[in-house]
Amino acid sequence: MIETQQPAAIEFVHVSKRFGMVQANSDINLLIRQGSIHGIVGENGAGKSTLMNILYGYYQADSGDIKLLGKNVHIENSQQAIALGIGMVHQHFMLVEKFTVMENIILGSEKTWRNKTAMQNARSILDNLSQKYGMSINPEALIENLPVGLQQRVEILKALYRGAEILILDEPTSVLTPQEVQHFFSILRTLRDAGKTVVLITHKLHEIMAVTDHVTVMRQGKIIDTILTATTSKEQLAEMMVGRRLTTHWQRQKTHQPAPLLEVKKLSLFGPDKRPILDNINLTVNRGEILGVAGVSGNGQSQLLEVLSGMRSYHEGEILLGGRQLKKLLSRHRPTQSARQLLVSHIPEDRLGVGLVKNFKAWESGILGYHYKPPLSKAGFIKKKNSLNHFATIAQDYDVRPPNAFLKTSSFSGGNQQKLVIGRELEENPDLLLIGQPTRGVDVGAIEFIHRRLIELRDAGKALLLVSAELDEILTLADRIVVMFDGKIVGVLPRHQASETKIGLLMAGVVEEIRETLSEAGIDH
Amino acid sequence: MYEFFDLTLSVFASTIRLAIPLILAAMAGMMSERSGIVNVGLEGKMLMAAFAAAATAAVTNDAWVGLAAGIMVSVLLSLLHGVACITYNGNQVVSGMAINILAAGLAPTLANAWFNRGGQTPMLSADGRHTAIHLPGIETVGDIPVIGDVYRLLISGHNMLVYIAILTPFIVAWILYATRFGLRLRAAGENPHALDTAGVSVSSIRYRAQIGCGILCGIAGAYLATAQSAAFSQNMTAGRGYLALAALIFGRWRPKPTLLACFLFAFTDAVQIRLQGTVIPGIGIIPVQMIQALPYLLTILLLAGFIGKSEAPKAIGLPFVKDR
Repeated sequence: MIETQQPAAIEFVHVSKRFGMVQANSDINLLIRQGSIHGIVGENGAGKSTLMNILYGYYQADSGDIKLLGKNVHIENSQQAIALGIGMVHQHFMLVEKFTVMENIILGSEKTWRNKTAMQNARSILDNLSQKYGMSINPEALIENLPVGLQQRVEILKALYRGAEILILDEPTSVLTPQEVQHFFSILRTLRDAGKTVVLITHKLHEIMAVTDHVTVMRQGKIIDTILTATTSKEQLAEMMVGRRLTTHWQRQKTHQPAPLLEVKKLSLFGPDKRPILDNINLTVNRGEILGVAGVSGNGQSQLLEVLSGMRSYHEGEILLGGRQLKKLLSRHRPTQSARQLLVSHIPEDRLGVGLVKNFKAWESGILGYHYKPPLSKAGFIKKKNSLNHFATIAQDYDVRPPNAFLKTSSFSGGNQQKLVIGRELEENPDLLLIGQPTRGVDVGAIEFIHRRLIELRDAGKALLLVSAELDEILTLADRIVVMFDGKIVGVLPRHQASETKIGLLMAGVVEEIRETLSEAGIDH
Repeated sequence: MYEFFDLTLSVFASTIRLAIPLILAAMAGMMSERSGIVNVGLEGKMLMAAFAAAATAAVTNDAWVGLAAGIMVSVLLSLLHGVACITYNGNQVVSGMAINILAAGLAPTLANAWFNRGGQTPMLSADGRHTAIHLPGIETVGDIPVIGDVYRLLISGHNMLVYIAILTPFIVAWILYATRFGLRLRAAGENPHALDTAGVSVSSIRYRAQIGCGILCGIAGAYLATAQSAAFSQNMTAGRGYLALAALIFGRWRPKPTLLACFLFAFTDAVQIRLQGTVIPGIGIIPVQMIQALPYLLTILLLAGFIGKSEAPKAIGLPFVKDR
């Protein structure tokens, strides 16, 4: 299938791994070429991380062989993997936040017992690497003070410092802003051009298309195929991942007269340092409409959701729900509960922190926020039977798998947790739905399901406010799009006028007028 | 005027004596907690070490053999804590409390069984104790007013363990910040997963930290029973292990601020002893109980009020489990 001349850096031959009842990897045959960027895609639980963890020595394969540069190797722990030139950058960074960059880089391979000497020795190696691959960094900086993009750079440098020739990156872009992603990709290309082998594990297909040379699709522990990236498309990959055709373009009913349900006027919220977090926000959400709020995370979208759902108060401006002051409608002591009674539902961004209780059983998480209402409870006692039925309904209608009411919430996959939250909120048939990052950490298949539900809700005449950091998602779902930057709304676009580049520029804080001034001044860019 | 100077000097001198077990125990706690293992068992380890040191010294009539026995018992208890918390991922607070309860019962019971003196060990002779050593020049310098008094009362005239204890925070700081072991120990307490992926065994580092903790607790216990007093008596640690823990937290898990916190606690203790029974003009005699409560009140105030942003090691109290 692959017609490249480069020799194989890594070869998996009939590798299988089983955890109890789960066959995580079955009969994996995979060849990764030296000096290439090789993408591995698959839904959560497809076995991609397990496979890479076998390569990095966390797990031992039950059967099969691993070859490095044609030679059979047996990797028993990460120390051996490092010695063989394999480096791994984990999804959650393996950095000590209270340490400096330098301390993190030498940790575990100090070579001498005195830190001072170890750091002096490492300094020149690090400077060389930084220069060679265009990754400059201040070795004295504390990790906790660095933005995530630079923390990731430290992780990569750490692996290179240990002499990595093969670099495994597990979901590396999930924490990066779009700009950081672009820069990150250019680093990967530099590494490839210097002869390193890069393995990129991701579930974001556009990244696969943008940066990889080859791509392997995994599903349910098996390899579906390995193909040249240039010969495939996002749609084809998605189909291979899920095993069926996915809908990405939705038929939607025409909305008639815009009937505003939620109106926000001159809303402002200030931080403890008096700096505005929300700065003079004006927006309207109509019935039968999805209003998309785009923006890089941390530009006030989270706070906007919190204010609208009653989780936090605001300083200036007004919020009207169906023409009435929301502040007067909400109970002072139980604002979020009264918001729900007004048929305002909230699917929070932070699923596990706000939306669910990790250690609750699924049925308990399924009644949160409505637990006091009959028939779920009576005279202050929870009616367990009714609550279990309630969960069963949610599980069936919203495809929560497994439909086991007694499983701990944290044992469900991200997608199923999200479906549980969405099911719980939609069962109440809200008029206004506030949704934050509905598909963060959710599989492609579940994304399709969630998107279909949201469109159905819209067509049923409900008002939806959707906050998402995924531009794709905003462009797929929203009827109108507002872009937030630094607590302000910097642009409002109807769907048909919106494009990825246009929103991208607004998200980065490049406002329309500036661009016009630039082009008037004859500056090409 | 001179009387006041005398008074101050004697309060300072007793501050030093009272600070020693706190410093040793707090540094023991530092070793353990910076590696990510909560250690509420300082009290129990100190108590068992005090008993072992006193009992051994009474039998062998040698203070240093006593010290060795104290250290050994304390290290064994630390390893027990290690097995519970590192190997079996047990609850670290529960394990520490278990050690305290065990020691509180076991030490007097053994003392009673072996020496039959109502839970005490026999009074030690001079050889069985760590006695004061006199620094050179005491005869000549000691006679100079002020400087001589300071030299005689504060600097000279302590036993060996005091000097060891005063050096400990500096040694611990050096280990933590200047050596490879210290770097790894701190990494184990902040993010054990980072250490593990870097190819270093987290449990090995944590076990070694426990041993370090045991050695220091052992010295602290031996100090109580064979230097400060001349026998082991029931509950002779009297909450010092907890006080040391408080000093560690107040010192934000850093050696030098922790050392200062130990001195602060010891100072209030010294003042408290001094104030007992003294008539304060306008108030009269303050009830002893009120005065004795001072160091503890101060602890609560300091920990509750002034600590501000907590700087605890991030992974403290969390068993390290590789799961992915």
